Order: sequence, then C-alpha cells, then structure tokens
Amino acid sequence: MAPLLDVRDLTVRFDTRDGTVQAVTGVTYSLEAGETLAVVGESGSGKSVHVLAMMGLIPKPPGRIAAGQALFEGRDLLTMSEKEMRDLRGGKIGMIFQDPMSSLNPVLTVGFQIVESLRRHLGLSKKAAWARAAELLDFVGIPEPQRRVKQYPHQFSGGMRQRAMIAIGIACEPKLLIADEPTTALDVTVQAQVLDLMRRLRKQLGMAMIWITHDMGVVAGIADNVQVMYGGRVQERGPARAVFHDTRSAYTWGLLHSLPDHDDPPAKFGEKGRRLVQIPGYPPDMTDPPKGDPFAPRNRFATERCHLEVPPLVQAADAAPGHLVAAWYDLRPLRAEAAVAGGAA
Amino acid sequence: MNALAGRPVLEVENLTRHFITKGFFGREEHRVRAVDGVSFTVGAGETLGLVGESGSGKSTTGRLVLRLDDATAGRIHFEGQEITSLRRGQLRTMRRRMQVVFQDPYSSLNPRMRVGDAVAEPLEAHGIIKDKKARQEKVADLFQRVGLNPRFATRFPHEFSGGQRQRIGIARAIAVEPRLIVADEPITALDVSIQAQIVNLFMDLQEEMGVAYLFIAHDLAMVRHLCHRVAVMLRGRIVETAATEQLFADARHPYTQALISAMPIPDPDREQARQRIFYEAVTPPADARLQEVSPGHWVLDQA
Ligand SMILES: Nc1ncnc2c1ncn2[C@@H]1O[C@H](COP(=O)(O)OP(=O)(O)OP(=O)(O)O)[C@@H](O)[C@H]1O
Ligand SMILES: Nc1ncnc2c1ncn2[C@@H]1O[C@H](COP(=O)(O)OP(=O)(O)OP(=O)(O)O)[C@@H](O)[C@H]1O
Ligand SMILES: [Mg+2]
Ligand SMILES: [Mg+2]
Repeated sequence: MAPLLDVRDLTVRFDTRDGTVQAVTGVTYSLEAGETLAVVGESGSGKSVHVLAMMGLIPKPPGRIAAGQALFEGRDLLTMSEKEMRDLRGGKIGMIFQDPMSSLNPVLTVGFQIVESLRRHLGLSKKAAWARAAELLDFVGIPEPQRRVKQYPHQFSGGMRQRAMIAIGIACEPKLLIADEPTTALDVTVQAQVLDLMRRLRKQLGMAMIWITHDMGVVAGIADNVQVMYGGRVQERGPARAVFHDTRSAYTWGLLHSLPDHDDPPAKFGEKGRRLVQIPGYPPDMTDPPKGDPFAPRNRFATERCHLEVPPLVQAADAAPGHLVAAWYDLRPLRAEAAVAGGAA
Repeated sequence: MNALAGRPVLEVENLTRHFITKGFFGREEHRVRAVDGVSFTVGAGETLGLVGESGSGKSTTGRLVLRLDDATAGRIHFEGQEITSLRRGQLRTMRRRMQVVFQDPYSSLNPRMRVGDAVAEPLEAHGIIKDKKARQEKVADLFQRVGLNPRFATRFPHEFSGGQRQRIGIARAIAVEPRLIVADEPITALDVSIQAQIVNLFMDLQEEMGVAYLFIAHDLAMVRHLCHRVAVMLRGRIVETAATEQLFADARHPYTQALISAMPIPDPDREQARQRIFYEAVTPPADARLQEVSPGHWVLDQA
C-alpha cells in the first residue's frame, strides 16, 4: 500500500536582502496511516518551514519551493491549486500551529472559529456545529465549555488558547494531523490528557501525526518514529526507542544530554548553580551554511570529511531497520567520551 | 550589600485579580477569580518557580507584579517599596530594576525594529550608554551571551525562528542588569540545547549580579533544576509551596502529587511505564488557608 504521505527531496529557500536562506534541504520521508512521527531539532532547523511549505503556507516571495514533492494520498501538495489546498486544510489534514495568538482570529469568538471549520468541511448545520464546538472544547479539557465557546481568544489563558487550537485541528477528524509545538504551553497534567486524547484518535480514526516538539519526554511518550533536524537537513531518523537508546548522530546525542537529569537532586538556595551540558558554538547562519555536515563546526568528533562533504542519510550500521543517520563518523565508540567531555564544554 | 539585604526583593500579599465579564445593561455576568489571594516572597538572588494548572493565574500574577495590570486587591512590595499604588509616571525606576521575558516571542518584538536596536533600546531609554561604539560592543556582547551570532543584529524579527526571537527578548531583558526578572515561560519555545544555554545563563547572571527570578514554567524537570523554591497554583490560589527538594520529595497536596506524577520522562521505556496519579481539580474553598506542615513547607488545607 502507498504511504499516506510521501515527502521527497523537499527543499525550501527564502530570498532575502541578506541572501538566500537555505531553510530546508532534501527532506525525504514517508508516513503511514496511523503513524506518529515526532520532529525534533535545533531552533531554526526548518521544522516549521518544512510543514508550512507542504501546506502551501509560506509567504512567496520571499519563500519558494526549490525542489521536491509531497504526495498526500497520491496527490502532490506542492502543485495543488489554492482551492484544492483550502479544502484539504482543516479537513483531511488538520493543523495546530506553533503560535496560537496569531493563528486564532482575535475579533471572532473561539466557538465561531471552530464552527466555521465544521460547517465548511463537514457541512454541519449551525446548531449542530455549535453543539459540536462545545463538545470539542470539553474533549480537550477546557472547563465550562458552554461559556467558553462564546469568549474571545484574549480571554483565554495561554494553555487554553493552545487547547482551542487543538480542538480546531481535530474538529474534522483528519487523516493527518500536523501539530507544531501543540502542548508546550500546557501544564503537564493537561498535557498528559491531550496526549491520551491523541492516542485515542490515532486508534479510533487511524489518524497519522507529525508532531513537532522540543519536549523529549513527549516524544518518548507518543512517537513511533523520531526525526532529528539540524541546519535544514535530517540528521537522524528511526524508531523512537532506537534513537533514544542507540543514538547515532552527535547532534541528537547533544540534545539528549542537555536535558536536566530527571532524577537530579533539585536546587538548594545558595548552592552554586549546577550547569546543564550545552552544545558549544552557534547554530549556523542558513544564508551561508557550512559546506559539509551542517553540525560539523560544533561537533568535536567531526572528521575532515565532515567539514567538506554533506553526508547522505542512510541506514546506520548494525542498527534497527529504518534507523537512518547522516554522519561520516561512527558515534558508537565515542559516546562514553562524549558524555564526559560534554560536561566540561 | 545595602540596607535591604535580608529583605526579600519581592513581597506579594493577598494579591487578587478578578475579571468581570459584563452582560446586557452592564450587569455583572461572570466573575473569573484569576488570582485570588496569593502571597509569596522572592529573596534577593533567589529563584521562585511558579507552576500549576493552565489558567490558574500564573501569567496574571506576573503581569500584576510587573504593574502591567492592576490588582483588584492586595499589595506588592518591590525592594521595600509599595508599588501597587504607584501611578504610571512613577513606575520608571521600577521598570528598569524589574524586567520581563515573555512566553510569546512573536508578539514581544517590534516587527519594524532591527533586533540589535531592540536590544539596545532599554539601555538608551535609561541613559546607560550614549556613544555608538559602546552601544555596538554591548549589543554584540549581549548577543553572544544568549547564544546568538552578533552578525544577526542588523536583521528584523521576522527573519528569525521562534527560539531565536526568544533569545533576543532575553538579551533585551538582561541589558539593564535588573534586580528581578519575571520570566513567563521563557524557555518554552526553545529547543533543548538552547534551553540548557538559557538556564545556565540565568544561573550565571544570578551568580554574577544577584538577580532574582520569578520563573513561571510548565517544565517541572527544569523548575527542579533551576528553582530554589516552588509555589504551585490551582484556580487562582497557591495550594502548596516549599523548598524545591522538599516539594519533589514530599508533595502533600493531591494536585501537586498529580502534577509531579505527570512529568514526562525522556526515555521511551520509562515514560510508557510511568504511573500517573489522577486528581479531579476542584476550586479550593474560599476559607481554605495555607498550613505549615514543616518549616517553609506550606499546604492549603482541604475540606
Ligand atoms: N519569512 C521568512 N523569511 C526569511 N527566513 C525565514 C522566514 N521564515 C523562516 N525563515 C528561516 O527559515 C529557517 C527555518 O525556520 P523554521 O521556522 O522552520 O525553524 P524551526 O525549526 O521551526 O525553529 P523553532 O524551533 O524555533 O520553531 C530559519 O533559519 C528561519 O530564519
Ligand atoms: N483579559 C482577560 N479577560 C478575562 N479573563 C481573563 C483575562 N486574562 C486572563 N483571564 C482569565 O484568567 C485566568 C488566569 O489566566 P492566566 O493567563 O493568568 O493563566 P496561566 O496560569 O498563566 O495559564 P497558562 O499556563 O495556560 O498560561 C484564566 O481563566 C483566564 O481565562
Ligand atoms: Mg518552529
Ligand atoms: Mg500563562
């Protein structure tokens, strides 16, 4: 069977006054129905842009799609007409954006914005749509949904706005849900509820998800597969367990080791702050990215070749099937050293 | 050390903010008790974590402390001075010594201002630097401290990703070396390696300049790492507060217990085996009071 979504060589550029931003380069992956892919990575690594580009939502100009295809149920999203795209967005493909304040319309009530989508895509009557809107708010754990549907976005707290966005995203029971940092503004109990809800939808509707997040705990809880991005490229991808426990990219390793230790004894007043491990150096300037592996300048294990030539994303040696890495080095013998050295960096 | 040493930088007493939605003919239709009698202190050079239910009034508390919103009742002392009754014109000095880093990196920067200028703005507004060269050096230094390439100073906010914009906001806040920073989910939008940088930076700045933080966050692992004390909010009230180690080792309020049990663990095996404690949140009764269960550990009594 063909995958639900098949992304090939997706490449996005922004032509700006300061040069061409190489935001996304050669991103290739596929997603099966019901699969959850978590996308993690450096801020500015192209996580948002790569999905926005697929959904026809990057400003053109300065943005342009320089290459690639994104086949959804066999149809290329990148060459679709604006009308076809509008029918898909919020219908078969639900979206939750990173920035709820600018994606909710401030002059319309939250309920109205859900109702609009329900009526457009599912053809519900006004009355049915309003009832369903309140149900959806209840579904995402917003107390007093009957009253809340009539409120405006500014009357919601940050986390409530985010849940309203989630309600809109799942309103039409999409085949694919693209969620960009959907639970970062939520307290962890609500976050756990939302994740439960997502697992339920995945099971009941066979909904597939692309889940962009910085929260490795959430990734651990929800992802089938994890894709790690850096400098517009995929550095590592594979089954969640493999990426966490058999890490092959030095960047992924750096990410996992910059987390506060879950079992760390907490801070005492007056105690000299215990430092977290950080990845040295700056993220690349994407108008002038490094010539080779984009992470090479910050990677103390980079070989000469890493600086000269971009490594392809290929199956990692002796790894789980589908565990891919883009690296000229082999991280396995270096991990122990990396863990010690990281602390001093 | 000044005369205020020993006295908390921030003292908040019975702080209350109700939002009233008006119905037809101006009749009161609904009253949201966003913040409902909250008291806490933040010591000089201390970090207090404010965590809790989404919608429990954390941001509103932060905004009241910053005097960006007016309290319905209660008092705030900053560096020993009562600031709740100060009028707009009198807030200037306070504004310099108390800075803010917001949750939303998108709306907190002026889209038409170069980011280097945005960072230099508070320095100029408070007359800290005057000549162009000093300004340029200071901006470059601040960019470096927050992990941004100084070459980006001439660019505009839309050219940055969410996380990059947040770092610009932090550079701006620390520019004037404040005594207190109210940080409302300052690292939420950042990738974890930058989170580590920013948290390290917060700790370095605290050590160097003794700045105190009111740190509003949902990431309990980070709160545990960074904060000296933690206050847990639920429905406009503080339901528990204690030294961080005490709170994590011996949470007493069922909401705190539920919250701690829901902390996601960045390991698929452990995360999927994690047992959660469930708690159906209820609004604490109006007459509930904080009781001291051990020194410095307070828990809201329950019906
Ligand atoms: N409109 C634009 N004009 C110019 N450059 C842009 C524009 N939008 C995005 N970019 C650039 O594209 C790159 C990728 O940005 P993107 O928003 O996808 O990052 P991200 O991985 O989602 O980061 P974050 O985790 O901070 O959200 C960044 O270098 C960003 O500066
Ligand atoms: N301008 C306003 N008008 C009406 N109600 C408001 C307004 N601002 C906040 N509220 C309400 O006050 C309560 C507290 O909101 P606040 O933003 O302080 O919560 P929070 O603890 O910061 O939540 P989150 O973790 O989701 O950011 C919420 O019920 C919110 O809906
Ligand atoms: Mg993004
Ligand atoms: Mg808030």
